[in-house]
Amino acid sequence: MPSFSHFFQILTETKGVFLKAMLLTLELTAVSILLGIVIGLVFALLKISKVKVLEVISDAYVYLVRGTPLIVQIFILYFGISGIFLLPDFWAASLALALHNGAYISEILRGSIQSVDNGQLEAGRSLGMTKVLTLRRIILPQAFRRALPPLGNQFIISLKDSSLAAFISMNELFNVATTLGSNNFDEMTYLLIVAVYYLLLVALLTFVVNRFEQKLAVSDR
Amino acid sequence: MDKKEMIKINDLNKSFGDLHVLKDINMKVFESDVVCLIGSSGSGKSTLLRCLNFLEKKDNGTIIIEGKEVDPRKDNLNKIREKVGMVFQNFNLFPHKTVLENIIEAPMMVKGMKKEKAISKAKQLLIKVGLEDKADVYPSKLSGGQKQRVAIARALAMEPDIMLFDEPTSALDPELVGEVLTTMKDLAEEGMTMVVVTHEMGFAKEVADWIVYMHDGKIVERGTPEQFFNHPTEERTREFLKATMLK
Repeated sequence: MPSFSHFFQILTETKGVFLKAMLLTLELTAVSILLGIVIGLVFALLKISKVKVLEVISDAYVYLVRGTPLIVQIFILYFGISGIFLLPDFWAASLALALHNGAYISEILRGSIQSVDNGQLEAGRSLGMTKVLTLRRIILPQAFRRALPPLGNQFIISLKDSSLAAFISMNELFNVATTLGSNNFDEMTYLLIVAVYYLLLVALLTFVVNRFEQKLAVSDR
Repeated sequence: MDKKEMIKINDLNKSFGDLHVLKDINMKVFESDVVCLIGSSGSGKSTLLRCLNFLEKKDNGTIIIEGKEVDPRKDNLNKIREKVGMVFQNFNLFPHKTVLENIIEAPMMVKGMKKEKAISKAKQLLIKVGLEDKADVYPSKLSGGQKQRVAIARALAMEPDIMLFDEPTSALDPELVGEVLTTMKDLAEEGMTMVVVTHEMGFAKEVADWIVYMHDGKIVERGTPEQFFNHPTEERTREFLKATMLK
């Protein structure tokens, strides 16, 4: 184990390069979460559409994505698709992450949409609101609130999963840590440093999700 | 002068799978009439009510609303539902919206009413149901009776011609039933056309113009409260009245 003073010395010295890597990790995570929510919502709605074909499409998507490792999906987008058209590293990684997240998020959202009492839909419809309008104004806001705790989980997972982008040579946190660690024959110090950065990011993400939850909980008070 | 025919139902049938819940229902409701649908649980009265704003799909028969036969496959049901307000047993207020937001939602989103106008109308309605001080409160802070009065105000905000009530007091504590019934009575006195599924015999007796008694998916007896409660003609009705009055 490295000594404390050594750890802090390296931590300070590498601040610049790690902050840059952290920015990339944040970008990958942000894209994968935002795009993942959109994808997840689309497939959740397909799943509850009561149109058989759309349900099957949604099921197939969730099965394929959940049934294969994320690293395989990243490699397929990076190597496979580049045979047809070239996907920049960043987009290969963040698209794979988004598609991956989307499957899990779609299941989270489907569950929370279905947990909203059917009376809410009937109330909206009885007031002359269309199905789409009721979904948008009445059902989804309630569903999204219920989905927040599991979504928070998923966001944290996707933050850490972004480390797999290292394997298509993106200089995000994990890649920088392992590269510097082996170059300096000091792997443990750099792994501990990168762990600190991840812990910081997770704390930040948790804080944001909690704040959001509190904001939406206003109707309980 | 003849009163306008608001609802006319001809030979309405409805089944849930093998369960035949509505059998050849025929019924008319005239303008400003208050019709109370009564009967034991499972008699089909709630299903009949829900057919009237098409939350439940009929199997066959015709439903004529304000002189126009409604075909759920062709007609825009949302337009019809604007005319037919509904109050539910479980209130179904929107929990993520304040009382005021609950009321202005449909007028703004469906009718495209300006916000200021919707709010001033909502406030009038809240005065009418006696809850003007609750405008900015969320439903979770209201009692059952208050929730139901907000639900009535919310339905009225769409300026319906007909109001449907599906057991509006069944989910309430006994001491909260009165305030909701009073609100409904006021509405009846203003001339609102109302169809009310209820177990409140006192309300039916006092406020209804017509009583419709259902049993096993059929209308067994109908008449004015005086006829119905004092001179029922059907044996089944007499049994029902005896059982309910003993409570």
